[in-house]
Amino acid sequence: MRTFSQLGLVRGLLGQVLGTLLGMGLVTGTRAAFGYDPLWAAEPAWVIGGLLGTLGFMVGVGSLTDWAKWAIGLETPIHHGAPAGQSEWTRYFAVDLSHKVIGVQYTVWGIFVLLVGGFLATLFRVELLQPGMQYFTTDRYNTLISAHGIIMISAILLGVGGMINYLVPLMIGASDMAFPRLNAFGFWINVPASLMLITAMFVGGWDTGWTAYPPNSLRTALGGPLFFLGFYTIGISSIVGGLNLLVTVFTMRPASMTLFRMPIFVWAAVGTSVLQLLATQLVGLAMLMLIVERSLQMGFFTPVLNEAAIALNSPPGDPVLFQHLFWFYSHPAVYVFVLPGLGIISELLPVFARKPLFGYKWIALSSIGIAFLGFLVWAHHMFTSGMSNYLRLPFMYATLIIAVPTGVKFFSWLGTLWGGKLTYPTPMLFVLGAISVFLLGGLTGPPAATITTDLYLHDSYWVVGHFHQTFFGGFMFPFFAAMYYWFPKVTGRKYNEALGKLHFWLMLPGFWVMSLGQIWAGLLGMRRRIADYDPALGVQNIQVWITIAAFVIALSIFIGLYNFIVSARSAEVAESNPWRSRSPEWQIPSPIPEHSFALPLAVVGEPYDYGLPGSVYVRMVPAGAGD
Amino acid sequence: MKHFLPVTVLVVFATFLVAAGIDSLHLMPENASVQGETVDWLFGLHFKLIAFLFSLVIVIMVYAVVVFRRRAGDDGEGMHIHGSGTLEFIWTVVPAIIVVFFGYIGTTTLITVTAAQPDEVAIEAVSRQWAWNFNYPDDGFSSEELYLPVGQPIRFDLKAMDVLHAFWVPEFRVKADAVPGRTNVLRITPNRIGEYNLVCAELCGTRHSYMMAPVKVVSREAYSAWVAQKVAEEAAKNTPEARGAALYISQGCKGCHSLDGSKVVGPTWKGLYGAPQEHTDGTTAIADDEYLYNSIVNPNSQVVAGYPANVMPQNYGDLLTDDNINNIIAYIKTIK
Repeated sequence: MRTFSQLGLVRGLLGQVLGTLLGMGLVTGTRAAFGYDPLWAAEPAWVIGGLLGTLGFMVGVGSLTDWAKWAIGLETPIHHGAPAGQSEWTRYFAVDLSHKVIGVQYTVWGIFVLLVGGFLATLFRVELLQPGMQYFTTDRYNTLISAHGIIMISAILLGVGGMINYLVPLMIGASDMAFPRLNAFGFWINVPASLMLITAMFVGGWDTGWTAYPPNSLRTALGGPLFFLGFYTIGISSIVGGLNLLVTVFTMRPASMTLFRMPIFVWAAVGTSVLQLLATQLVGLAMLMLIVERSLQMGFFTPVLNEAAIALNSPPGDPVLFQHLFWFYSHPAVYVFVLPGLGIISELLPVFARKPLFGYKWIALSSIGIAFLGFLVWAHHMFTSGMSNYLRLPFMYATLIIAVPTGVKFFSWLGTLWGGKLTYPTPMLFVLGAISVFLLGGLTGPPAATITTDLYLHDSYWVVGHFHQTFFGGFMFPFFAAMYYWFPKVTGRKYNEALGKLHFWLMLPGFWVMSLGQIWAGLLGMRRRIADYDPALGVQNIQVWITIAAFVIALSIFIGLYNFIVSARSAEVAESNPWRSRSPEWQIPSPIPEHSFALPLAVVGEPYDYGLPGSVYVRMVPAGAGD
Repeated sequence: MKHFLPVTVLVVFATFLVAAGIDSLHLMPENASVQGETVDWLFGLHFKLIAFLFSLVIVIMVYAVVVFRRRAGDDGEGMHIHGSGTLEFIWTVVPAIIVVFFGYIGTTTLITVTAAQPDEVAIEAVSRQWAWNFNYPDDGFSSEELYLPVGQPIRFDLKAMDVLHAFWVPEFRVKADAVPGRTNVLRITPNRIGEYNLVCAELCGTRHSYMMAPVKVVSREAYSAWVAQKVAEEAAKNTPEARGAALYISQGCKGCHSLDGSKVVGPTWKGLYGAPQEHTDGTTAIADDEYLYNSIVNPNSQVVAGYPANVMPQNYGDLLTDDNINNIIAYIKTIK
C-alpha cells in the first residue's frame, strides 16, 4: 500500500484532481470577489481547472522536480534503475529517465488509449447497424465520433512515440535520448491530456468531430473547451518529442554512422520529428484561439457575432482562417502517423527476405520528400470551402506529387522482396498486410486529390475509408509488426506464433471488408459523421458488414494483447537475435541491460548487407580503438 | 527474366478482372447533371488507373511471396542486390508523368464544371441549423423545396446563417460549403427529371444527419407552372393589409400607436376603425376611411381628446403615396 501511494502515477492523478479543484475554486472565488451572479460558471471553471489540473499532474508525478531543483541550484544526477528500495515494475508507473522505460510507457499508454478509442467505435458501429436512432441521441452519437477521432489520433501519436523512443537510441548506439527529462515530460503530459479528453465526453460532450470547425465549435457543449485543451496538451508532447529526437539523431550517433548508414527507421523518425516540431504549433494556436473566442468573445473565426461580442465591439472574423491553421498541422500529422510505420516496413523486409533493402537512399530520401511535400498540401482538405480555382489547383498538384515518393517506397519494397528467401513469421505477415492496406489508401487518394472528383467525395464515407486505410496501413499493421518483432528484445521471451498468426488472419480480412465497405458507402452518396442515414441510399447492408468487420478487428486485437501479456509473463526465453538481424539492438542481450551498450558502437559495414558473407553492420569496440 | 512473362500476363489479367469488377458494381447513384458527366468521366479514368496499379503491386507481391519463399532445409541468404538506379529512376519519373497528367486533366475538368454559363439563373440557397431555404430572386419568392427546370444552368449562391453547412445532391455530383459571412457559388445544370435529396455535408450539430431538403427537377413547363403558382401564393400574401402592417413598422407608426389598446403617445389602433372619436375642440366624428386619411396627412386638424397636438409629424402626406396610406388604413381595419 505504501508503494502504491508512492507511485508517480498515483500522485500525478491526485495532483490533477487537486489542480482541477483549485482552478475551479479560483474562478469561483474571483467571481465572488467581483460580485458576479451566479458564482458557478461552468466553462471558465473547467478551462482553468483543466489547465491547473494538467500542471497538478505534472507536479504530482514529479516530472518538473528536477527542473525546479536546477532553478534553485541543486544537482540532479540521473538515477539508473528502480528507486532505492522499490521493485523494478514501479519504474513504469513513475517518472523514469531511461528511454527504454519511456518507450514502454508510451506504448502501453498508447494501447490503453487505443482500446478506449476502439471501444467508442464499436458503440457507434452498433448504432449504425440500422437506420433510425436505436441506442443514442444524435448529440451522444456526435460526441462518440468526435471523441473516437481525437482519442485515436492521440493513441497513434503515443504508439509512434513508443516506437521512436525505444528504438532510435538503440539503433544509433546512443546511451539515451539527448534530453531524458524532456523525454519523460513529453510522455507524462499525455496522461492528463488523455484524461481530459475522456472527461470531455462526460461533461456535455461536443459535436464538432476532431476538426473543431468554428462557428459550430464555438457553440458546442462544455465538452468542447476540454477537448481543445486536451488537443493542445497532446501537441506539447509532439513538439518536445520531435525536438528531442532530432537533437538525438544529429548529435549522438557514432562518428562512423554517416547519414546514409543509419537504419532506415531512423530516417523515418527524422521525417516525422521535423513535422512534429514545425507544424504542431499552428493547431495548438488554433485550439487556444477557440478557447479565447469562446470565453472572451474575441471574434477570430466568426462573422456572425453574438450579442456579447457585439457589445464588446469585437471585429468579425473568418471561419475559413481556422481551417488553414488547423490543416497546416493536421495534414502533416498524417505523415507523422505513417512515416514511422513505413519505416518499420522498410526495416523489417530485408530481415525476412534475407536481402539488402532495395534502393536504401531512395527510400530514405522519399521519407524526407514526403515530409517536405506534406507541408504544401493542407488546403486539399478545403477544396469545397469556396477558394477560387487559382488557389485550389496548386494544392491539387502538390497533393498528386506526393504519390511519387510514396510510389518509390512501394516499388522499392517489391524490389526487396524479389529474389529473397522469404519467411513468414507473424511480424512479416503484418508487414505484408500493411503494404496491401497502405496500397488501398494510396489508390483511394488520387480521386480525392483531383478537385473535380473530390467535389463528390469530399466529406463522404470515401474519405473515412481512405484515411482508415492510410492509418491502418501506415500505423496499425506496422505497429503490430513492430510489437511482435521486438517483443523478444523488450521482454526476453518468445510470443506465441500461432496466436500471432490468428491475430493477423482476423485483422487483415476484417480491415479489408471494413474499409472497402466505407469506400463503397461513400460512392453511394453516404455522408461522413451522420448519426442516422437514409435507407434509400442502399447502404444498410454495407453498414452491417462494416460493423461485423469492426468487431472482428476488435477481437483480433484482444487476441494480440492476450498473447503479449501471457507470453511476457511465462513464455519460453528468447535468444538474443532470433531474426538474425544486423541492427545494433539485436547484437546485445535480451532484455536489454540498463546500460544498453557495454562498449561504444562503431559502424563497419552497410546496415542491410544480408547475403554478403562475413560482413557485419556494427561492432562494439573499446573507446579509442577503431572508430 | 524467366519471371517477366508470367508476371506480365498475371498483371494484365488482374487489371481486366479488377476493372470489370469495379464496372459490375452499382457504385454511384445515377448522374443527373451536366457537370456530373465530367465528374463521372474522370472517375472512370481513376478507376482504370486504380485497377492497373492495384494489380501491379498485388500481383508482384503475391508472386514474390509464393515464388521466393524459403524452401524447407534452405538456410542461405537472398540475392545480394542493393538496388537499381535505372529502375528507381523509371518508377520515379513514370509516376511523376502520370500524376502531372492527372493534374492537367483535373485542371481542365475543374474549369469545365465551374464555368459560368451565359444564361444561368441564380437561386439563393440559405442554410441554417437545420434547414434549407431557397430564394428565387428573379421571381421574388422563396421555397422550402428546390424546384429546378431540366436543362437550365443554375448558379447557387450559398449562404449560411449560423455555422458551416455544405450543399450536396449526390446525383448532381458537385458540392460546396456554405460559410457564414461569405457567398460561395456552385454551378449545376440538372439534366435528368426526377426527385432527389439535398443533404448537408458538413457536420453542423445535433440534427446534422436530418438536414435535408427535397429537390425536384421538372420539365420547363412544369417549372413555369410551379413558378406561377408560387408567384400567385406570394401575391396572395401581398395584400393591402400585409403591406400596411409592414408600413406600420417601417414608417415608425409603431413608436406611438399600440395594437393592444394600451395608451402610448398617440391613440391605440385597436378597435379604432368605426369608433367615435372625441376631439380636443369638442367635435366628434366616426373614424372611417376619410377620417383616417385626414388624420395621417393632417393630424393637427383633429387631435383626439387626451392627446397632445404637434407630436405626430405633419409631412406624412408627402412621405407616403396615397396607395400606402390606403394600405395603412386597410391594416388599421384589421386591428379589432
